[in-house]
Amino acid sequence: MTSTKPPPLASPASAPAAALHGGTSDPRTLILRNLRQSGIYIAFVVIVALFAFLTDGVLLSPGNITNIVLQYSYILVLAIGMVIVIIAGHIDLSVGSVVALTGAVSAVLVIQQGFPWWIGVAAALAVGVAVGAWHGFWVAYVGMPAFIVTLAGMLLFRGLTLQVLDNISLSPFPSEYQKVASGFLNGLLGGQGYDAFTLFIAAFAVIGYAISVFRTRLARIRYQQSVESFPLFVTRVLLVGAVVMYFAWQLANARGLPIVLIILAVLVIAYGLMTRSTVFGRQIYAIGGNLSAATLSGVKVRKVNFWIFVNMGLLAGVAGVIYSSRSNGAQPAAGNMFELDAIAAAFIGGAAVAGGVGTVVGAMVGGLIMAVMSNGMQLMGIDQSTQSVVKGLVLLLAVAFDIYNKRRAGATR
Amino acid sequence: MDDAILEMRGITKRFPGVTALEDVSLTVQRGQIHAICGENGAGKSTLMKVLSGVYPAGGYDGEIVFDGRPVHFGGIRDSEAVGIVIIHQELALVPYLSIAENIFLGNERRGRGGLIDWNRTNADAATLLASVGLDENPVSPVIQLGVGKQQLVEIAKALSKEVRLLILDEPTAALNDVDSAHLLDLLRRLRGQGITCIMISHKLNEITAIADSTTVIRDGRTVETIDMRAGGVTQDRIIRGMVGRDLDSFYPDRVSTPGEEVLRIEDWTVWHPVQSRKVVDGASLNVRAGEVVGIAGLMGAGRTELAMSVFGRSYGRDISGRLYMRGRPVRARTVAEAIDNGIAYATEDRKRYGLNLIADVRANVSAAALGRLSRAGWVNGNEEIKVAEQSRQEMNIKTPSVMDPVGTLSGGNQQKVVLSKWLLTDPDVLILDEPTRASTSAPSTRSTRSSTAWSRRARRSSSSRPSCPSCWACATGSTRYRPGGSPASCRSTRPPRKTSWRS
Repeated sequence: MTSTKPPPLASPASAPAAALHGGTSDPRTLILRNLRQSGIYIAFVVIVALFAFLTDGVLLSPGNITNIVLQYSYILVLAIGMVIVIIAGHIDLSVGSVVALTGAVSAVLVIQQGFPWWIGVAAALAVGVAVGAWHGFWVAYVGMPAFIVTLAGMLLFRGLTLQVLDNISLSPFPSEYQKVASGFLNGLLGGQGYDAFTLFIAAFAVIGYAISVFRTRLARIRYQQSVESFPLFVTRVLLVGAVVMYFAWQLANARGLPIVLIILAVLVIAYGLMTRSTVFGRQIYAIGGNLSAATLSGVKVRKVNFWIFVNMGLLAGVAGVIYSSRSNGAQPAAGNMFELDAIAAAFIGGAAVAGGVGTVVGAMVGGLIMAVMSNGMQLMGIDQSTQSVVKGLVLLLAVAFDIYNKRRAGATR
Repeated sequence: MDDAILEMRGITKRFPGVTALEDVSLTVQRGQIHAICGENGAGKSTLMKVLSGVYPAGGYDGEIVFDGRPVHFGGIRDSEAVGIVIIHQELALVPYLSIAENIFLGNERRGRGGLIDWNRTNADAATLLASVGLDENPVSPVIQLGVGKQQLVEIAKALSKEVRLLILDEPTAALNDVDSAHLLDLLRRLRGQGITCIMISHKLNEITAIADSTTVIRDGRTVETIDMRAGGVTQDRIIRGMVGRDLDSFYPDRVSTPGEEVLRIEDWTVWHPVQSRKVVDGASLNVRAGEVVGIAGLMGAGRTELAMSVFGRSYGRDISGRLYMRGRPVRARTVAEAIDNGIAYATEDRKRYGLNLIADVRANVSAAALGRLSRAGWVNGNEEIKVAEQSRQEMNIKTPSVMDPVGTLSGGNQQKVVLSKWLLTDPDVLILDEPTRASTSAPSTRSTRSSTAWSRRARRSSSSRPSCPSCWACATGSTRYRPGGSPASCRSTRPPRKTSWRS
């Protein structure tokens, strides 16, 4: 979003006026400069367009958009935690097992013991946090590589899942619990063939977004930083607004606003801000970028690493609740290979294997790319084996493209 | 005798926003040792990267003539093919491979069926080791060797490639005096065998001792080439070319009145992290406000170890001793506590310990002071960019933007980022570990200017702390140490005091 031109000279008093006029508007400069960051978004748009075309528009039909959200939400939740772990230079191979374990604990309490649904949710989150603390202890305080610790955890917690469930599947959950993953908020404002409430929430979000980015722009101008030109800024906000409203319209024409989408949106916003603008978030990047330098800059590396894994455990617990709710029960084999989908989402979204690079939003787009591809291929009736081949190639090419881009960026200096 | 092996004419190399080299010319005579001098960031390393093909032909203007023929190198392999070999400051050896394997890495001695002929590999390696005067078994792993011997292995590796022009980028920077002398002897012997050498060095005494001619580069331009063979060229003469002014102003007068005691260390003892020996034994030291204290000692004397152990116990184990700031005993058991108590430590190895190279300048400058730039854990991103921008201007960090990765900056500019980072923590005591290791032994006008600006800023600030921190430097010799970031008001009336201890 920044331009290469020198910052506009604006005094604090004239900031609002400058917000309307300052900045560069040479789109070529902006596109070239942002190609590296925006490459992933362009790829996403291309993939969506491609599959919309190949499926004769079914991909973007109201029902199917709702389906994609419901079907892949837990992978996206896991990807949030995973990208943070990867930025810090670690990896977590255990999340699939943790999803199974937390779902199993919840199922045992709610289905077998008859506790209310919220006890199950709380227990699942608590188990997730405990598992995260277990990993964090070995990685941060004993100093073992996360690869080994979480590989052990993958076996360990899968085994515990089997023991908790006594090798059988449990179902069904009471209807309140099922709502977490398959419930909708609708009809609150009445409907005229579509759900007005969904549109209202989306419009509210778009206005909030517009106000927030405009305030950011004002602050940047007050600090005399470069900003994009005002017409471009407006175009960007309108574009985002249009996409969100189209998405909301499609949802409103289907079954309304999925509860799980609200959970996901809250998590993405919260973690996006956390990684970008808090001391803790910045320290995660510092640790991944250069561990020794971070240590010598006063970063409490062990503490940060510990909480990164606790957080991963918590999010695995959230994903466990969503998944068990969606599948309406707990199975011993639940969550198999989820860790690989979450890791793939983070890397497609631009995270670096060596750490220090990556964003939550990037991981979300990476996860959506995988989701749209899976869903699109399912709609086209392509068999499972071909789907797997295609997804593998996309992961490979996405990271190859990223490395190529980085090398080109490095060669300019 | 005018028999040039290498001529570089009108070399201009630009990076986005920065011109690193502007119309640089360099002529090297066959069989000579040719030194290249210049301040930090003057463009020495860039010039050598152009010559060795690290920056491929086409990315720069000008022409290179090697041995009478114009050459266009697309990469290091091309330049090595004609006999130009560069040995970088950061040695490029694989630690767990043997000496012989390292020497022939990428150039393996093969026998029948493409398999490696180990007998020939080790025998050839032994011959090469003998020619560089290194008495080691070729099969022992490189990690067992000290830095000085590793440097010799690098030279043996160069010799194995039929080198005709050997480029050494600061070969003695990390060596102690004995190893340095040995290396210089070897260079003289290689010259006797007809190998031409280009040596980048900041150690002017070595240059006057060994070089046949010296080219001085300043701000990306050739200043002059001095013929050294006639003798009589002094270090002062070279410095004049490097800094572009007379020597009188070279070591600025230091007028200051040391104030009250800021830091006192008593009976400081540190054990080696793994071995069972003391690295620092009963060291005591005090530093007064506005004072520059030099710490001298050979490699391995325990300078860095003392400094790092004081800085939040980031080195060693079983540390004992007392630490006082302004007369009050303080606990600095973690780096965060040390920073809170007003201690800052700028490391000697910025790439490993100082900087996050993939992060931008802004994030590196603010890394140690995020607490000051945040409220309730939220970083004020705009304020952060503002202070980074201030640092960029005051320290004259050459970068198109503070949002560019630090890894794209030159070494000297990276050093300024490290210094900015620690100045931002508003320290009472600033420990500079070999601040000039990778820079010239001459302080630049630029850094003096920037430090003056910084001290002005410090006076403006409402901090209850004194207007400038004391500087405590670890350097191999007090005369070598010149505080790159010493504010004007930090100048001492006397030469820096030397403090030494048993190691």
